Amino acid sequence: MTSTLNPKYTLEAFVVGAANRLAVTAGRTVAASPGAAYNPLFIYSASGLGKTHLLMAIGHAAKKAAPTLNIEYLTLDEYVEAFHAAIAAGQGDAFRRRFQNVDALLVDDVQFLTNRKEMQSELLRLSEVLQTAGRQIVLTSDRPPSEIADLDERLISRLSGGLVVDMGVPDYETRVAILRRKAEERGATFEPGVLETVAGAAFGNVRELMGALNRLVAFQAVNDTSINAETAKQLLGLTGAAAAAAPGAAEAAAPGPDEFGAFLADVTVTVGKAVEAWRARVAEAMLRWEGEGYRTHRLEALLKQEAPAAVDKAIAQFAQDVERLRTLEAEVAQLDPQAAGLSVFRDPERLREAEQAAATVRDGAAPPPGPSAAFPLASFAVGPSNQVAASAVHAVLEKPGKKYNPLVLVGKSGLGKTHLLNAIGLELARRRGAVVACLSTQAFTDELIAAIEGDRVDWWRARYRRATALLLDDIHLIADKDRTQEELFNLFNLLHDKERQLVFTAPAPPHTLQGVEQRVASRLEGGLMVELKEPDRDVKRAVLERILGQQGVRSEPALVDYLADRPSDSVRGLVGLVQRVVGAAAAQDVPLSAGLAREVLEGQAPRDARRAAAPRPSGLVVSSLGGIKSREKIVWEWTDPGDRVIEEFR
Amino acid sequence: MSLVNFTTREITCKIVYYGPGRSGKTTNLHYIYGRVPDSRRGRMVSLATQTDRTLFFDFLPIDLGQISGFSTRFQLYTVPGQVYYNATRRLVLQGADGVVFVADSQARQLDENLESLQNLQSNLLEHGVDIRTMPVVLQYNKQDLPRELILSPADLDDALNFRSVPSFRADALHGQGVFETLKGISELVLKKLAAGSPA
Repeated sequence: MTSTLNPKYTLEAFVVGAANRLAVTAGRTVAASPGAAYNPLFIYSASGLGKTHLLMAIGHAAKKAAPTLNIEYLTLDEYVEAFHAAIAAGQGDAFRRRFQNVDALLVDDVQFLTNRKEMQSELLRLSEVLQTAGRQIVLTSDRPPSEIADLDERLISRLSGGLVVDMGVPDYETRVAILRRKAEERGATFEPGVLETVAGAAFGNVRELMGALNRLVAFQAVNDTSINAETAKQLLGLTGAAAAAAPGAAEAAAPGPDEFGAFLADVTVTVGKAVEAWRARVAEAMLRWEGEGYRTHRLEALLKQEAPAAVDKAIAQFAQDVERLRTLEAEVAQLDPQAAGLSVFRDPERLREAEQAAATVRDGAAPPPGPSAAFPLASFAVGPSNQVAASAVHAVLEKPGKKYNPLVLVGKSGLGKTHLLNAIGLELARRRGAVVACLSTQAFTDELIAAIEGDRVDWWRARYRRATALLLDDIHLIADKDRTQEELFNLFNLLHDKERQLVFTAPAPPHTLQGVEQRVASRLEGGLMVELKEPDRDVKRAVLERILGQQGVRSEPALVDYLADRPSDSVRGLVGLVQRVVGAAAAQDVPLSAGLAREVLEGQAPRDARRAAAPRPSGLVVSSLGGIKSREKIVWEWTDPGDRVIEEFR
Repeated sequence: MSLVNFTTREITCKIVYYGPGRSGKTTNLHYIYGRVPDSRRGRMVSLATQTDRTLFFDFLPIDLGQISGFSTRFQLYTVPGQVYYNATRRLVLQGADGVVFVADSQARQLDENLESLQNLQSNLLEHGVDIRTMPVVLQYNKQDLPRELILSPADLDDALNFRSVPSFRADALHGQGVFETLKGISELVLKKLAAGSPA
C-alpha cells in the first residue's frame, strides 16, 4: 500500500551540508519539474543519513509546486506486498495501471530487489512506461545500483540512466546545524558548547546523533537543570574517547580514540566563550542566510561595529525581510518563472527594488485571453431545447468550480455553444480578482506553439495557472495534438484541484472524439456534460426579436412568426435567414415585412409582377410539430433557366 | 596576523612548536597530522635534512570548520631546533599567536632546553613581543624513557617553568599528551579573544 508522506519530512526541515548538497539540489530540481530532469533520480547512502527524509521531501515539494500531481511513495517491500496481493486477487493489470498513472513514483529501499527477479522485471517494465510518459521516478538505496546484488543488467542500466547521487556522513558543521534545529524543534535549549560537544563525537549517522540528543533532552527535562558540555560527555559516554591513550597504545594499527573530535569540541566551547555572544549570533545568522543564497551585507555591517544596539532586533528584521523576499519571489515565479531568478529577490538590502520588480511583473503579466463581450448571458435565448444547459450554467455561476466542474457544452455547430461559453466567462469575469481565460482551442494551441518557439513555455503555463476559470471553445481541436493535450491535462488537473471552473464546448461527447487521449476525455466527462439541441420555436423567436432589434427593425409579429417557422436547425442558420431578408429589404429599399421575407426566402415572383397577379394564399402549411412544407422547396414558377445558370455561376 | 577577523568571520591561530633540536616538535605535528581527518587538514609541509632534521620548518594547516559562525583555522609550525638556524626560527615566530615549548625530558638535555627557552624569549623580543604577554605552554616530551634518564615533570617545572604556564607531560611518538598540549595552547590563545583582540 502507498504510505503517506510524513509531514515533518520536508525540504525545509532537511539540513543541507557538503555531504548531501548534491542530492538535495537534485531533489529540488526533480520536485520543481518532475520528469524533466534526472529521471530516474537514484539516491543512495548508508542507513540513517536522511534518504527517506529527502525522498518524502521531494514528494512534498512536488506536491506543493503542482497540487494535482499524483505522487506515490512506498518502500520496495510495500510495493512487493501490494504486487503479490494484486496478483493473488487476479488484479495484476489493475495494479499496473495504478502505478502507470502516477506522475511521480518514489520508492524507498530498492536494495531489497536482490533475489526478487519477478519484482525486478516488474520495476523495469514500470520504469520504462513511466519514463516514456515523462513521469518521474525517484529511488533510494543503501548502495548504488551496480552494487545491488543479483540485479538485472537492464535494470542497473535503467536505474543508472538518470542521476545517481550519494549522501555521505554529515560533517561537523552540518551535525551542529542538525542538532540545533532538532533541539529547537524539541523546545530544548542547551548551554554553549553542549551541542558542539555532541557533534564532535564520532556518531556514524544522524539517527545515532538524534539518539544522543534525545538522551540529553530527556536528562535535562527530568532533572530540570541545564547540563554543560562536560556533563553531556559523561551522559553520552564520551569521556573515555577523549582520554589519553596509554603509553605505547598508539603504536597499534587500529585507529585510536577520536582525539581530534574531542579537541574540536573543546576548541568549540572555548571559541563559544571567547567570541562575544552577539557576534556569534550575527555570524550564525549570516552563515544560515548565506547558506540559503541570500546576501548579508546588513549583518556584516553589524559585525564591523564595536557594540551595536539591538542586535537581535536587527537579526529578526533581516529574517523578516528575507521572508518577504521569499513571498515576492514565489509570487513572481507564478507569474513569470523567468523573472523569479532575479538577484533582487536574494538581497534584503534591495527589498524595495524587489517590491518594484514584483509589481512590474504583476502589471506586465499579460492575462490570458478573456471572453468576448459580444455574447452576454442576457442575450442568450432560452427555450426547451437548451433549458438544461442554461440551468447548468446558472448552477455553475452560483458556485463556480464547486458544482459542475468541468461543464462541457455539447452540440452541433451554430447552436449557441460559443455564446454560452463566453457568457459564462463574462459572468465569472465580473467577480473580484477573477482571471478568466476564455478562448478557442485553436488559439490555445497557437499560443503554446508560440511559447515553445520563444522558449517561454513556463511563462505561458504560469499565465494559465493564474486563471480562476478556463473556458475552451471547440475542444475537439486538440485531437492529435499531443503536446497541447499534455499541457491541457496538467493545467486541467491543477485548476480542477484548486476548484477553479472549467468549461468546454465540443460537437460531440468527448469520449467519442477521435484523437483525444483517453485521460483527457475522461477528465472532460468527469463533471457535467449537457447537450444543446436544435433551437425550438421559443428560442427562435427570442433570437429573431433580438436580431431584428439589433437591426433597428420593429419586430412585426407576423415577420417573427414567419421566420420562426422557417426550417432552420441552428441559431446560426436563423441568423443567416434574417440577414438575407434584411439585405433584400435594404437593396430594394422597402420596409421589412413578412411578405418580403416570404418573397426572398421562397423565391416568389418579383414584387411588381406579384402585385399584378391576384392575391393567393401563402402556400405555407404549418405543421403542429413546427416543421413546414415550404414553397421554398417546391418549384411553383420556373424562372428562366438561362438566368438561373448565370445567377449560380456568379 | 589578525587572530579574529569579524569582517570575514575567520579565526586563524598560528601556533609555533619551539624547542631544542630532537626534542620532538615535528613528532608532535606528525601525530596530530595522523589524527586529523583528511577533510580537515591541509598538506603538511616539511623540509628536512637527509638525517631527518627539520631544515626550515614544518607547517600543518588544520581547518576546524565553522565555530560559532567563524571559519576557524589552526596553523601549526615547528622551528628547526639546531642552534645555527636561528634566522629561520625568528622568521617562523613572526605573527605567532601562541607557542608550545617542547622540552626534551632527558636530564642531559636540560641545558639545551634552557638555551632554547632563552632563545625563544630573545627572538620574541626581536619581534617586539614580551614572552609574558604571549600564550605559551610547556610540553615535557619523552616521558616514556627510563626514569633514570629523564627528569620528572615537577623537576622540569622547577627548571623551566619560571612563569607557571600550563605544562604537559608527553610521549609524542606514541601520542600521549600531544592533543592535551594542543588543547592547552588553543585555550590560552582563544582566551585572548575575550580579553579583546585586534579585529
